[in-house]
Amino acid sequence: MTPPYIGQSVKRLEDQRLLTGTGRYIDDIKLPGMKVMAIFRSPHAHARIRRIDLSAARALPGVTDVFSAHDIDMDLPEIPLRLAPFEGFERFLQRPIAADKVRYVGEPVAVVIAADRYIAEDALDLIGVEFEPLPAVTTVDQAIAGDTLIHEDAGENMGTRYTVARGDTDSAFADAPYTRRERFVTNRHGAVPMETRGLIADFEPDTPLLRLHGATKVNFFNRRHLADAFGLPEDAVELIETDVGGGFGARGELYPEDYLVPIASRRAGCPVKWIEDRRENLTATNHSRDIVCDVEIAATEDGRILGVRATVQGDMGAYIRTNGGVVPSKAAQFLPGPYRVPDFSCDVQFLITNKTPVGTFRGPGRFEVNFCRERLLDMMAKDLGIDSAEIRHRNLMQPAELPYRIGELVPGDADATFDRGNYPSAMNRLLDEAGYDDWKDRQGDIIDGRAHGLGIACFIESSAAGPPESATITIRPDGKVEIRTGASSVGQGTETGLAQICADGLGIDIAAIDVFHGSTTLVETGGGTFHSRNTVMAGNATRIAADTLRDRALDLGALRWNCDRVDLVYEDGAVARSGERLSLADLATFAEARGERLFADALFDNEKKLSYSYGAHAALVAVDVATGIVEVKKYVLTEEIGRALNPAMVQGQAVGGLVQGLGGTFLDHMVYDADGQLLTGSFADYLLPTSDGLPEITAIALEESPSEFNPMGFKGAGEGGIVAVAAAVGNAVSHALAAYDISITELPITPDRLRKALRDTGV
Amino acid sequence: MTSTHRLSLTVNGQAHDCEVEARLTLADCLRDKLDLTGTHLGCEHGVCGACTVVVDGAAVRSCLIFAVQAQGAEIKTVEGLADGDRLSDLQQAFHDNFALQCGFCTPGFLATAEAFLSENPSPTRAEVQSAISGNICRCTGYVSIIDAILETAARRRGEPV
Repeated sequence: MTPPYIGQSVKRLEDQRLLTGTGRYIDDIKLPGMKVMAIFRSPHAHARIRRIDLSAARALPGVTDVFSAHDIDMDLPEIPLRLAPFEGFERFLQRPIAADKVRYVGEPVAVVIAADRYIAEDALDLIGVEFEPLPAVTTVDQAIAGDTLIHEDAGENMGTRYTVARGDTDSAFADAPYTRRERFVTNRHGAVPMETRGLIADFEPDTPLLRLHGATKVNFFNRRHLADAFGLPEDAVELIETDVGGGFGARGELYPEDYLVPIASRRAGCPVKWIEDRRENLTATNHSRDIVCDVEIAATEDGRILGVRATVQGDMGAYIRTNGGVVPSKAAQFLPGPYRVPDFSCDVQFLITNKTPVGTFRGPGRFEVNFCRERLLDMMAKDLGIDSAEIRHRNLMQPAELPYRIGELVPGDADATFDRGNYPSAMNRLLDEAGYDDWKDRQGDIIDGRAHGLGIACFIESSAAGPPESATITIRPDGKVEIRTGASSVGQGTETGLAQICADGLGIDIAAIDVFHGSTTLVETGGGTFHSRNTVMAGNATRIAADTLRDRALDLGALRWNCDRVDLVYEDGAVARSGERLSLADLATFAEARGERLFADALFDNEKKLSYSYGAHAALVAVDVATGIVEVKKYVLTEEIGRALNPAMVQGQAVGGLVQGLGGTFLDHMVYDADGQLLTGSFADYLLPTSDGLPEITAIALEESPSEFNPMGFKGAGEGGIVAVAAAVGNAVSHALAAYDISITELPITPDRLRKALRDTGV
Repeated sequence: MTSTHRLSLTVNGQAHDCEVEARLTLADCLRDKLDLTGTHLGCEHGVCGACTVVVDGAAVRSCLIFAVQAQGAEIKTVEGLADGDRLSDLQQAFHDNFALQCGFCTPGFLATAEAFLSENPSPTRAEVQSAISGNICRCTGYVSIIDAILETAARRRGEPV
């Protein structure tokens, strides 16, 4: 492949090692003298710990150590809030291991260190813990009632609560010709990456040095807090990134194990490895998505929105972890979506329950609230006799209305502003591709015995929040080019994308480039990887570093030839003057001889000006009324991403996100019983999408509206594939079953739920 | 529990002898005893397919059988597919079609697809979808994986792709 690389589907640099089994995921790493750790977790959702007996476990041959909270000789830190740290949450933070009380099934109670995992798990069976079970709080209504307090000192189960607004909702509703109120429920589910979490800690207290392998996502933030927790200077903590088997928001946050594994290593005096098993993963890693949304819309008779008011209740689980209130707060912020909603208010409640704590999962809050809003718009369209596309056209913000300050819809985020774009254009492209005009009058048609429906949904999605990102480019005398960045890779192709930008920036062959990322040992600082920010933040940092490096190359060339810089040009990876060239390798060699290195550091800061991708989804479904089984036959999505760095990788994000979203719509569900037991604790019960029954997919990345907030014009492309799936599918199924008066308001959409609804109507 | 057994098996054409506990799974034997860490564990209860290897020509979930059950078997893992640095045709098709992202599930898909294509060299798209429906991928949405397997089948039949 020849330059320019940006905009081309460059084959991934990561693939060779991953395809040949020579990648290095955390469980592939063995350190000399390493032991293995396993965790005894609470079998109860809510219980007091009466007594812990570790003696039998300690006596088992092959066991090095067994410990509980009472054996740890340090103050156990609280896991910090990284995002959305609203006042009130400080009462509900988690410590790494339960001392007197457990609050969800899966909470750590004791830790075994042993020669291998087989022995460690044998020892878990020998741990005796006497629990006094307490009533479990498993719904937001029970949490509000407060008959059982999960954190007694807090005096309530309300993590925090606030109201956000713009305009005057009460007057918008006062004389509104049309209003409708609905309740929507979205299913608790999670990221569930194929590789479970894992860590290896190598703690040398005397040096002092804590090296933690298996880190990812936000390593510099995590390092600061781990250093604090263990009373170490920051540079005595090294977080080392390995290959990562999927993140999707959940991996790389600080969890109890990020403290327990180092504690275990310090106690054992050797490296200690912990690999989460799948049952642990389903109870110990953050869940997400679990909200109840009561929303009311006011409109004119011709379907123009006058106002929206809502209550969002998030089931946060037993503790507020690092992601704070992201899920419900983003649900509230994105509830109005890309539409003109002059008056809006939302009461946002964060409820504590006896379930696994909640964090982010790809499109946090957006997936949920797009479902609520887009379903309500379709209901309104039906009530008013207006076509689904037409009602959206009447309400989508027009290009001339952008940029648009959305108001302080998250406390403290007063400046949030949708940047420029053309929302109707993205929807029109969708309608064309989906053949909407052919379908709009055939909704509910029975074809081959199944009811058909086409549903559409629009979305807007923010990207690239958070701190600045770093990139350093170094030219080695042998001509190899190294990029180092503080951004992480969670498997999305970051190495390839950054190499493309560097190669074009320096005018060199991409094959000369190696990319190193994430680990705190590589760079001074880094912002990390979340919120669809890698390409925007690390991409622009790489570009700036490349520009600076060209500059340095010219300076060095002038020195080398003892001439004026203005007589030199930089082209194709070399400094040149008439008939002569100094390659980057030559210049790096020259720099080395002078005791220098040819390198450039850069930091890209978007000054918290987010870029918003937007677009629309359409799903064509066929519903078997007799069985309640839904087939998604065709799926189309458009997403404006500013500029596609690597179209094939963008396509991979869109299609992968979409199929993940089909799981969240039909399958993925953390089901709890009234005692707070997780009933879907294995892959036999917790269902994920497979290759069977995939729709015909068309995913279109639009590049009509480059971002103004970064020089390369990128907008995030990681989440647009997932955020409107439940919305479009929910609308499609509701169209298909309109004749039966069935209207989808709850996820997941399962055959038994649909059959029950059909039975209730006598079908 | 701790009684051990002498085990002989062939992995990627190379004979191995090792001493294993009866309860050691084949996956853990490959990963820990033979240091073949390309085979990954995603669920350890036989659902996700990440640990799939080819045992005597059949795709087998290495988390669901004990190492001792593989006594005398010929096993192929992801490490045995490429010829040095040269990817196999199937691996190359995965690369060309962007059929992997994080790569964690990929070895299991490759093993499943190899066994499947040796049984069915001319599959339809629906047959490929069915064949890999026991392997979970969280990144790609499967479309590119299906494309890669179909492309490999066509190439092996000598058809232009």
